[in-house]
Amino acid sequence: MSSSSQGERIPVMQRILDNPFLLLFIGVTVPTVSYTIWGIMEVAQLPVAK
Amino acid sequence: MADFRTCPVTGLKVHLEGEKLIKWNAVTAIVFLLIGGLFGLLVVLTRWPEVHLLPADLFYMALTAHGALILVVWIVFFEVAVLYFCCTVLLQSRLATPKWGWVGYWLMLIGTLITTVAVLQGNSSVMFTSYVPMQAAPHFYLGLILFAVGALIACFIFMGTLVIAKDEKTYEGSLPLVVFGALVACIIAIYTIASGAIILIPTFLWSVGYISHIDPLMYKVIWWGFGHSSQQINVSAHIAVWYAIAAILFGAKPLSEKVSRMAFLLYIFFLQIASAHHLLVEPGLSSEYKIFNTSYAMYLAVLGSMIHGLTVPGCIEAAQRQKGFNKGLFEWLRKAPWGNPVFSGMFLSLILFGFLGGISGVTMGVEQINIIIHNTIYVPGHFHATVATGTTLAFMALTYFLIPTLFRRSLAFPTMAKWQPYVFGIGMGMAALFMMGAGTLGVSRRHWDIAFTDAALKFNHPQAAWLMMGLAGIFGVMAVIGGAMFCLVAVGSLLWGEKLSMEPAPAPAAGAAKPAVASHGDAGTFTVPGTFTLAMVFLIAFVLYYFVNWKYLASTWGLS
Repeated sequence: MSSSSQGERIPVMQRILDNPFLLLFIGVTVPTVSYTIWGIMEVAQLPVAK
Repeated sequence: MADFRTCPVTGLKVHLEGEKLIKWNAVTAIVFLLIGGLFGLLVVLTRWPEVHLLPADLFYMALTAHGALILVVWIVFFEVAVLYFCCTVLLQSRLATPKWGWVGYWLMLIGTLITTVAVLQGNSSVMFTSYVPMQAAPHFYLGLILFAVGALIACFIFMGTLVIAKDEKTYEGSLPLVVFGALVACIIAIYTIASGAIILIPTFLWSVGYISHIDPLMYKVIWWGFGHSSQQINVSAHIAVWYAIAAILFGAKPLSEKVSRMAFLLYIFFLQIASAHHLLVEPGLSSEYKIFNTSYAMYLAVLGSMIHGLTVPGCIEAAQRQKGFNKGLFEWLRKAPWGNPVFSGMFLSLILFGFLGGISGVTMGVEQINIIIHNTIYVPGHFHATVATGTTLAFMALTYFLIPTLFRRSLAFPTMAKWQPYVFGIGMGMAALFMMGAGTLGVSRRHWDIAFTDAALKFNHPQAAWLMMGLAGIFGVMAVIGGAMFCLVAVGSLLWGEKLSMEPAPAPAAGAAKPAVASHGDAGTFTVPGTFTLAMVFLIAFVLYYFVNWKYLASTWGLS
């Protein structure tokens, strides 16, 4: 039975887990920053061979 | 007004348009599993030193086709079927925009055919990774891009269906755990496909001459956001399948739904970043970048996997013990339905994925240890343990459930179906093990000929490496036979299987409990001593293997 139907306050963590689009945002942003952007920045800073 | 039928087995409402899309995606997946598996046989018979079937050019063509068709096409088509199954059947909802579902399906199919034709024409033998500056024909990349767009459409249809289901109140409270696992797979898929598009579109433009140069390291960084993350979709999807099968067969509920959900949340945060495994020997990237990302952000996503590895067998044990299978540590496991391919496939997938794929993956992801096995055949050994014995076997097990429930056909060749998970699981598991062994002894990942007969500089591998490549060949053939048995049972069931009644089950009484797979709740017990014993065996194996690898590194790379 849902918590809301009992009039109880839904815990923050459950609200996060129940929001697919917030999870989508997290699931795309974290690897984009941690893996893709960080990686691109390191490659872009490499000096070009002469 | 959407049309539904009531499933005679589960009593769940099934949206007919959604069901049609599930069937078409699943059948297409199996067709490409068959074709990709045949290319796999050619690869096995070439890397088996005593057979060495194909010349170099055909070998690399077969390897490219096998990689693309199995690692992407089979898996993603089936995952789309799983996503649609979870959001329509388990949520008892209508599918959002079925017409767009067909657009996505045809884009994926046409894309697959275009890429396959490009590979078979012989000028796109760039392998699955298609590293620049190797250049394939433009339509090789175009096909992959079309496939990715189709898969992306499927992901957004899944998200849209979640909105519809919530809006139309087809479920209460949170998403059921299995659907939540599918949502995590979908989220990972969106990042994955976006990464693929970011790098494959400029690569396509480069192949037609509009872009003059693509930096190889930049390509590798972004491409692996696609290449490795695509396998992380699998992890999340097949774990959702494990939970589904445990719930379907045993009525099992997770030991703690909250903890399982948190484990999936750890995947959302940290699973994809392990793509950096493939960059561990790149000199242009810092150790901070490599260590942070390959550690799944300090092993939190690994923690998630270990939680699932504990709670899936744990929930089965709890359900079995509630039914009275309480004798000793393992009566619950001995009395499990080992003759039912739905169970045997799922449980073998769980064990083989954890012991072979999981332990090897985490160990090889350590920067120092990775230097022993980087670009050796250990790597295909590892990912055959994850993708083939983990994901593929779990999807095969699910198919055995879907044939009578969704396709309404009885299984053709039931004896063959009973043995198939063992033939495929043992064959693929042993092949993966021997590939990892040979890789530890230095056998190259992709080289056509380990004898280096036409090389200017000779190199002799130890005899044990030759032996292990031979054994990998024998068990690889066994795995192909297991795969062929699966395709025969699946296709045979659809063509010749006895038609089952479409009569709906009697309507459930008002307030009756939903099937466990579509509902919430915990097992209500933590007394699962058998599972904790198995977990301790796993932990000891993990620690020993980790230690052995450090010891091996120390002996091969002396510092004094």
